[in-house]
Amino acid sequence: MTENDNAASRPTVADSTLSAAIEVDRLVKVYKQTRAVDGISFTLPRGSITGLLGGNGAGKTTTIAMIMGLVLPTSGRVRVLGHRMPEQSAAVLGRMNFESPYVDMPMRLTVRQNLTIFGKLYAVKGLTDRIAKLAEDLDLNDFIDRANGKLSAGQKTRVALAKALINEPELLLLDEPTASLDPDTADWVRAHLERYRKDNNATILLASHNMLEVERLCDRVIIMKRGRVEDDDTPDAIMARYNRTTLEEVFLDVARGRTNGAREEAGR
Amino acid sequence: MTDVTLHRGISVQRIGAMILRYWYLLMSSWPRLLELLYWPALQIITWGFLQLYIAQNANFFARAGGTLIGAVILWDILFRGQLGFSISFLEEMWARNLGNLMMSPLKPIEFLLSLMVMSLIRLAIGVIPMTLLALVFFHFNVYSLGLPLIAFFCNLIFTSWSVGIFVSGLVLRNGLGAESIVWTLMFAIMPLACIYYPVGVLPPWLQYVAWSLPPTYVFEGMRALLIEKSFRIDLMLDALAINAVLLVASFGAFLALLRSAKNNGSLLSGGE
Repeated sequence: MTENDNAASRPTVADSTLSAAIEVDRLVKVYKQTRAVDGISFTLPRGSITGLLGGNGAGKTTTIAMIMGLVLPTSGRVRVLGHRMPEQSAAVLGRMNFESPYVDMPMRLTVRQNLTIFGKLYAVKGLTDRIAKLAEDLDLNDFIDRANGKLSAGQKTRVALAKALINEPELLLLDEPTASLDPDTADWVRAHLERYRKDNNATILLASHNMLEVERLCDRVIIMKRGRVEDDDTPDAIMARYNRTTLEEVFLDVARGRTNGAREEAGR
Repeated sequence: MTDVTLHRGISVQRIGAMILRYWYLLMSSWPRLLELLYWPALQIITWGFLQLYIAQNANFFARAGGTLIGAVILWDILFRGQLGFSISFLEEMWARNLGNLMMSPLKPIEFLLSLMVMSLIRLAIGVIPMTLLALVFFHFNVYSLGLPLIAFFCNLIFTSWSVGIFVSGLVLRNGLGAESIVWTLMFAIMPLACIYYPVGVLPPWLQYVAWSLPPTYVFEGMRALLIEKSFRIDLMLDALAINAVLLVASFGAFLALLRSAKNNGSLLSGGE
C-alpha cells in the first residue's frame, strides 16, 4: 500500500466535522435528449438507511451511479463522506462499496479467488481472516471454492454482498440487493444488512422495487419519478400523507399520478 | 486532479491483484492456454516451410536466411502483444466486471499497467515455444540475434501496448460492438510496417506513412542485421522516440474515452 492509500483510509479534514454521508445538490443528468435525473437534492446523514424508490426509468440507477462516480453529472454537485465526487474519488472509493445487478463477479474465478482479488484492491488488512468472517456470516463456506458461474442466483447475490462488505465500507450503495432471491434468503440478507448498519454505524442507500423490504429496512424513503424527487420522508409519514397503509399502495399512486394532494403537502 | 487523470501513488498491491485475477482466469481454462500456443505454432510451421522452399530455389533468400522466419516471429510479438493486452481487457467486458473495478480504488494507470504485465505473460506463453519450434525444425535461432533482439522486442511491445490501450479505450466508450477493432486494427498496420519486404518497395508517398510507424524501423533493422550483418541503432532510437509519442497519445486517448464513457453511462451498460 502506498502512502497515498494510507492517507485515503484515514479520516481527513473534510471528515473531521462528520459531514453527511451523501450530499446531492441540484443534480442533473442528460443523456442526449433524455433528462434521466432532473435537478434532485437530498442529504443523507451518517448511519442512516435510505430507500430510493421509483418505477423503471425513474433515475434511481443513474443517481446511484453518479454518487459512485461511474457516471458524470451534467450539472449539480455530489459530496460523499465530505469529498467532492468524482474529483476527489480517490479519497473515498476505499471507504465505500456497492452491489448492483448491472455488474457481475468474474464467473470462472472461485468465490475465494474473487474475494481475495477485491480484498487486495481495497487493501484489506488481515484479508484471510476477513474472508473467513464473511464466509461464516454470509454462509458461503459450502461453495467458497466453487466457480462463481456455477452458483445459484441466491448464492451469487450473497457473494456479491460479501464483495460489497469486504472493506467494511462506511457507505454501502445497493441496487436491488434482494432481486431474484427467494423470500427466505431475501429476509436473511435484509437481517444481515440491518445488523451491519447497527454494528458499523454504516450508511446504506438502496434502490429497490420491493416495498416490504424498504418498509422494513429504511428509516427514510426518497420517491423518484421521471428524474425528479416526488416525495422524501419517513415511510410512516409518506404512507400517512397518501392515506395508505403500505408503501406499495403509495408507489402505485405515484406511478399512476394519483397524488391526492400529497405532493403539495410534501412541498409544504 | 480529475476523476480520470493519472493519480499519484501507484499501488503495486492493486496492480498485483489485477495480475492475480488474470492469472487465475488463465489457469482455470485450458482452452485459453491452448489458444496462446496454437496460433503462433501454426504460423511458424507454415512460414518456416515456405522459407525452406524459397531458400532452395532463390539465391537471394538463401543468403538472407531467416528473414522470413525472423519476420514472422517479430510480427507475432507485435500482434500477440497487443492481443494479450486487449484480451485481458475484454475479459472484464465479457464478465461485466468493469463497474466493480471502476468503483474500486483501482486507478486507470494501475489497470493499464496490469494489462501490460499480462500481455508480457501471455506473449511468453505463446512466443517462447514458437521460437523453440523455429530452432528445432528450421535451425533458426532468434536468440542468436543477441542484444539487438532486445531493442526489437522493446520497440514492438511498446507499439503493441499503444494500440492495445487505444482500442481498449474505444471498447470502453462504445461497448462490445467495437470489439472487432481489437482483432483487426493491427492488420491495418501490417502492409505499411513492411514486415516481409523493404520500405523501398512502397510508392514514395506511402514510404512517409511507413516511416511514421515504429515497427517499420524494427523490420528494416532486422533485415539489416540478417542480410548485411549490421545493427542499425539509429533505426532503433527513431522507433523508440515515435513509440514514446504513441504511448503518451494512447494514454491521453484512453483517459478521454473513459471520461466520455462516464458521460454517456456506458460503464453501467457495457453491452453492444
